[in-house]
Amino acid sequence: MKTAERLLGWIDARFPLTSVWREHLSEYYAPKNFNFWYYFGSLAMLVLVIQIVTGIFLTMNYKPDARFAFASVEYIMRDVDYGWLIRYMHSTGASMFFVVVYLHMMRGLLYGSYQKPRELIWILGMAIYLCLMAEAFFGYLLPWGQMSYWGAQVIVSLVDAISPPVALWVRGDYVIADATLNRFFAFHVIALPLVLAVLVFLHIVALHQVGSNNPDGIEIKEKKDPQTGIPLDGIPFHPYYTVKDIMGVVGFLIVYFGIIFFAPEMGGYFLEENNFIPADPLKTPPHIAPVWYFTPFYAILRAIPQKQVGVIAMGVAVAIFFLLPWLDRGIVKSIRYRGALYKTALGLFVVAFLVLGYMGTQDPNLWYVNPVSRVCAVVYFGFFILMPLYSRLDKTKPVPERVTG
Amino acid sequence: MMTRNSWKNRTRNWVASLVLALALPAAWANPAGVKLDHAPIDPSNTASLQRGAQHFMNYCLTCHGAQLARFDLLLRLGLTEDQVKKNLILTDAKMADYMTVVLNPKDAKNWFGVPPPDLSVEARVRGADWLYSYLRGFYRDDHRDSGWNNRVFHGVAMPNVLWELQGEQVLQPAEGGKPGELHGEKLVLASPGKLSPKEYDQFVADLVNYLVFIAEPARETRVHIGYGVMIFLAIAFVITRALKKEYWKDVH
Repeated sequence: MKTAERLLGWIDARFPLTSVWREHLSEYYAPKNFNFWYYFGSLAMLVLVIQIVTGIFLTMNYKPDARFAFASVEYIMRDVDYGWLIRYMHSTGASMFFVVVYLHMMRGLLYGSYQKPRELIWILGMAIYLCLMAEAFFGYLLPWGQMSYWGAQVIVSLVDAISPPVALWVRGDYVIADATLNRFFAFHVIALPLVLAVLVFLHIVALHQVGSNNPDGIEIKEKKDPQTGIPLDGIPFHPYYTVKDIMGVVGFLIVYFGIIFFAPEMGGYFLEENNFIPADPLKTPPHIAPVWYFTPFYAILRAIPQKQVGVIAMGVAVAIFFLLPWLDRGIVKSIRYRGALYKTALGLFVVAFLVLGYMGTQDPNLWYVNPVSRVCAVVYFGFFILMPLYSRLDKTKPVPERVTG
Repeated sequence: MMTRNSWKNRTRNWVASLVLALALPAAWANPAGVKLDHAPIDPSNTASLQRGAQHFMNYCLTCHGAQLARFDLLLRLGLTEDQVKKNLILTDAKMADYMTVVLNPKDAKNWFGVPPPDLSVEARVRGADWLYSYLRGFYRDDHRDSGWNNRVFHGVAMPNVLWELQGEQVLQPAEGGKPGELHGEKLVLASPGKLSPKEYDQFVADLVNYLVFIAEPARETRVHIGYGVMIFLAIAFVITRALKKEYWKDVH
């Protein structure tokens, strides 16, 4: 025991180990009333680690070459020991990353976690989300199937609609080709993961500076024990939330591995059928749909007849989230104390987002797809644009002094 | 060599075809949303898989490759190396070789208009039900160069290579339906083949079972391990939940 203490002393004299442990875990006070929605932040970090680790092993066997890429993925699925497991963990992990991130963002909307003083946490989080979209987009080209190829072709053609020279620069060729595959591989395995790691670190640093919000949307730091200075409604993150999050992790793994072992294609939503056909630049598939996590934005793009305007609308649909802290003029944070106006607006927004997501997977020639997408796009943008109005007019309820259960 | 400008034109054409493609209905290979028959396959039935492998080597591998699958995969079907070498490898290929196609792709293109697709992961593209319905869906059609058409894949380039077994089917339009319309039409066996319809269905089911197997050889292992992992995680959940409750009992 003495030796261990002396070793710790030796380290502490050279590196702030004990103080970091205290500040961020054992004496980091989190509100005691976190509910189900508060699992998804730590789960997003878990998925990031899973993606990096499985990604390393995939990289060992994958060949970023247009001639070999498709076959090398099948080689991983067949000839690499447990390659199929690594690959399914990575492909399922990509979709689950978006599942937990969307739920994590939903939590922010429900409890006003983006409001003052947490604007920077929100902005850093949005930067992570953008990065994740880019990471997913670049990664999806790598299996070099028909959907990989034509999906990338469609997305880069959107850049083309705004500026052809930029599209050419992105592709490195006049079409999606070997050069594109090589650079997308570089972005996917090194550039974006590095940026993601840095952004996640900053997101957590910013969070620990102001402390976590909670389902009541009140600041626990305002009511402290006069003697100890510890928030009355706060509990140390470790061990309380570490043991709680471990339980959450196991719950998540049940879903995650359930998909991996019993439905890795997830009915064509996680692995599309057409992506088992090798990329063929001369054969356009009749129906090109992006993976489910992009479909809400894709539906907005398609709903607008003029292509350039569609591209801009799609970009704005993502970017407008950045403005949320300043669009919201409400005097309470949590949905629990908001009035009917905000609740209705958020409810409509969630429905619009889900319906857009569904429409984005559907054939645009079905008579209802574009009209319904247009209505939903109006609701989607209305939620943000009208927010300064309805959030101010909303009849809010009184907020309690201390957190409730 | 292509000039830069012609590349540009090609790009433009591709983007145009892309836009067109987005505007076309999803009519790919299954025009009127033909109802598919359920494939009665059992991935754990090794006898069926062995028969399927035999059919595949005899009838498919001449024109279709399975270039991502090796012959040693067949050892997982309960066969010995000798059995595989004697009965299933019809060329001078070795056990570790890929199931490459015998036919020259250039010839194939000349004969059929399109090179026959590789079948390694075809079952993951089409699904077992589609394959099962397709292989039973050929009928005589004098308007086609090959003399054959298919209920599931209208205008398919492939002739009915299994006709000697299946016999010849003809398409009987539905009562009151217009000829040429693919709604409620019926396939009728005009002249019987070597196999009875029931035997032929079994033949196709075995073949489809095998195609599903080579499309994802790890499938059985995956599901098998899956049960163990689920049991482990279920127990882990009970324990971690109890741990959480123990820690949290003094938080009010």
